[in-house]
Amino acid sequence: MSSATTMLGRNFKHTLRNPVAIFNGVLFPIVLMLMFVYVIGGAFDIAGDYVDYITPGMIILTICYGLSGTALAVNSDMTKGIINRFKVMDISRSAVLSAHVAASVLRSLIAIAVLVGVALIMGFRPAASFPDWLGVIGLVVLVTFATSWFTVALGLAAKTPESAGLISVPLVMLPFLSSAIVPAETMAAGVRQFADYQPFTPIIETLRGLLNGTPSGGDAIAAIAWSAGIALVGYVWALSTFKKRA
Amino acid sequence: MTSSAIAATGLRKAYQDKIVLDGIDLEVAAGTIFSLLGPNGAGKTTTVNVLTTLMKADAGTVRVAGHDVATDTKAVRAAIGVTGQFAAVDDLLTGRENLKLMTDLKGLRGDEGKRVVADLLERFDLTGSADKMAATYSGGMRRKLDLAMTLVGRPSIIFLDEPTTGLDPRSRRTMWEIIRQLVTDGVTIFLTTQYLDEADRLADRIAVLDQGTIVAQGTPAELKSQIGGSHVRLRFAGDAEIEAARRILTGTTTDAEDDLVLRVPSDGGAKSVRTLLAQLDAHSIEVEEFSVHTPDLDDVFLALTGRTSEKVNA
Repeated sequence: MSSATTMLGRNFKHTLRNPVAIFNGVLFPIVLMLMFVYVIGGAFDIAGDYVDYITPGMIILTICYGLSGTALAVNSDMTKGIINRFKVMDISRSAVLSAHVAASVLRSLIAIAVLVGVALIMGFRPAASFPDWLGVIGLVVLVTFATSWFTVALGLAAKTPESAGLISVPLVMLPFLSSAIVPAETMAAGVRQFADYQPFTPIIETLRGLLNGTPSGGDAIAAIAWSAGIALVGYVWALSTFKKRA
Repeated sequence: MTSSAIAATGLRKAYQDKIVLDGIDLEVAAGTIFSLLGPNGAGKTTTVNVLTTLMKADAGTVRVAGHDVATDTKAVRAAIGVTGQFAAVDDLLTGRENLKLMTDLKGLRGDEGKRVVADLLERFDLTGSADKMAATYSGGMRRKLDLAMTLVGRPSIIFLDEPTTGLDPRSRRTMWEIIRQLVTDGVTIFLTTQYLDEADRLADRIAVLDQGTIVAQGTPAELKSQIGGSHVRLRFAGDAEIEAARRILTGTTTDAEDDLVLRVPSDGGAKSVRTLLAQLDAHSIEVEEFSVHTPDLDDVFLALTGRTSEKVNA
């Protein structure tokens, strides 16, 4: 356990010293939200205040943008010799990897807190009760945890840092093809079906329901099931890839 | 058996159908420097990876510090330190933070950890750059930091995989000094190198690795003796002199490349050289050029494998 916290401290120092990761993880989602709300969003025909609609989607997008940093961090550990040093020191492989996951979750939570703060300034008025907020936090942590394990696996599987950077692009694209920015019903046929059945739509709809104070049980079950599945696949894949790479 | 720090028998390793190690036997006595010498691609790094538990051999047994690497991995890892071919330092941490990472992971907390870090920075002459990020370090400094990190926790056996590859001559000499110092502290060193002079200068014993097999093993002197002793080269002005010299000296051969050069077996010592020159002087034979040739490990490699090491590299 103590080696895992040491490794977490290391990973967090990396983040603080990497301006690109901070920009991608914290500032870029805010820039996107400002663009959608003040530039593009006016053209959308969405009931209610648009900032109330988009904030749950932006929370998920923030998680996804943060993940590119996780993939890169994991990959550069593997491609530079330092991982062999840790292996020879008999630090458990789960300590190295779970430190990356913990750092990733922590980064996302900080970025999301900043994002929600900015959204509140922009007029975001959630109707969530205290239990709803607990549900929001729980789901955000679960989704971040799940996607972080999956991204750790992607970062391990990538041969070079360049491909690790590229590998996280689909993760960033997925929320755009969900109900994050606009409702799925407004999309073209084909895209709409994809949006309806991909994991981020029930996750975002659950968040939206909780923040509006109108939680939807069906979406929540799908969201939790998707998250658990992604976490499990990511975890198993990450561990077996880690074992294989010398 | 207790005195050998590393003992390997019958090591084999293949990647798919490419055989990398083809039956390697090694024995390294505690407190000595052992050098595994070979060109690129000979299997040096694979050997290190197997000995340091990073890789499992397909066959063979390895005992390091008295523990079996396959069944007692933890005990082996507790006893060894490894500095790989590429400096395993964390670029985004400072030199001091890199060392602190090691002391934290080794469980050296508080003041003890701080003292170990300060001592290592001092010893490796890194105190001045301790608070700069490792990314800004020169190649030589990175190697030093890398080795300093390896020394945290005082391993009794240290593996150095090509520790001076890519270093400038001055940094190389510094590294050699550090390695010699470690051995006087009682540490066992397993060193791989493709530099023949490096093995010659540092090692107590050398094993020459070629295409996955050890083609020779022994002290540097023993290896050199395998290709015959040293000799004196005499260059003469013309055929008359060389003929005269050949009549009075025993065991001479003509040099293959220069037919005005005569090779005379000799131990290269002052006494025998003086006798030789006196003999020539007594017959008034003029010598234009004179040199003593002691075989180096390049000659060993050529004699053992039929190729020069450069040819393999090319």
